[in-house]
Amino acid sequence: MATTLHSLLEQLRETRAWKSVFRRGPALTNRTRSQAVFGNLFLHWMPVKVREKSLAVRASYYLGSISFLLFLALTITGILLMFYYHPAVPQAYRDMKDLRFVVSNGVFLRNAHRLAAQLMVLLVFLHMFHVFYRGGYKPPHEFNWVVGVILLLVTLFLSYTGYLLPWDQLAFWAITVGTNIMSAMPIIGGKLRFTLLGGNLVGENALLRFYVLHVVVLPLIALFFIGVHFWRVQKDGGLTVRSKDDGKE
Amino acid sequence: MSDTKQQPPANEPEKGHPSGAGKTRRDFLNEITLGALGVAGLGSVAVTYQFFSPNVLFEPPTAFRAGTPDLYPTNSVSFLQDQQVYIVRTADGFYAVSAVCTHLGCITQWKPEADMIACPCHGSKFHKDGVKIEGPAPRPLPHFSVTLTPDGELLVDKLQTVKSTQVLKA
Repeated sequence: MATTLHSLLEQLRETRAWKSVFRRGPALTNRTRSQAVFGNLFLHWMPVKVREKSLAVRASYYLGSISFLLFLALTITGILLMFYYHPAVPQAYRDMKDLRFVVSNGVFLRNAHRLAAQLMVLLVFLHMFHVFYRGGYKPPHEFNWVVGVILLLVTLFLSYTGYLLPWDQLAFWAITVGTNIMSAMPIIGGKLRFTLLGGNLVGENALLRFYVLHVVVLPLIALFFIGVHFWRVQKDGGLTVRSKDDGKE
Repeated sequence: MSDTKQQPPANEPEKGHPSGAGKTRRDFLNEITLGALGVAGLGSVAVTYQFFSPNVLFEPPTAFRAGTPDLYPTNSVSFLQDQQVYIVRTADGFYAVSAVCTHLGCITQWKPEADMIACPCHGSKFHKDGVKIEGPAPRPLPHFSVTLTPDGELLVDKLQTVKSTQVLKA
């Protein structure tokens, strides 16, 4: 049975359509397998070869991968929530209530988005701690550590901008307090707060600005740096794995 | 940047200018182009910043009428929730104190039983004249100007802060 499936796949790989899509026939040698990875947009930033020990749970606890999966889950649930949400006063609060009590499966989506967001912040921090204690910031990984710090900040800012969107008391006062902390910055603080809020108060301009940042600007920045981050993991020679994690203690 | 550079004469070939430190036409054009791009870049940052600063705001007016003076008994502190202002009447007269905490902008509350203004967010405490008792707040609560309109109502302007010694004589 397995051999039949295998030979079927081999036959499929010989077809003209397969070759047209993937630009090559069956990958029978390591060389053609590498070329298959290099020549694929979605695979080219992944490593061609992975050491077995860096796939062990202990090597990474998959913290970065889980953060990325949560980012994907947040993108999907977030896009679905956008179909029912108006970033306007007072409609935003009503839409949030509708999602919880009226829209079919809305409460599931909203809670999934919220919990995944909180989990992502947690996992990104755990990922950072893990990499730090493994010495994963040491050469040649310095630049990727910096990219990671940028991704941590983007994650926190995504979390913060999303916090305003339900437009309830918690959201209003959290953003009031948070932007007042920002305005304590010397010289530019007040201007920065005014520009971010689009006014002196947390009002409809602030809601719209935070919405645009939350659903367009910050996710694009995150996606860009995630790409760089993954690509650099591969270019810098894979994960930092201690020799004693070589499968045996 | 271009004022210190010398342009090679048009008839000079690609080689460096005899007096001008070996600068070629290509160098000159590169510098001019980069300079122009820099100026354009700075300009687009500036106009983008302008774009993000709204010129018209639909925010509540900062000056408001607070009713006639006889609404406020002597030695009273009245919290006007919509305006986030305390109207204080003492034996000397009227003054208006901001109810917005100077720490991080939460709305404070007047506690008559403790004779103080307290912030629920981080525990700052103030006297009713805005002077800080304790807490993380860095400054006292500001006083706003209080005047009397021609038809005898109190007018508070939250854009005009005044010294805490200034009172409207009752």
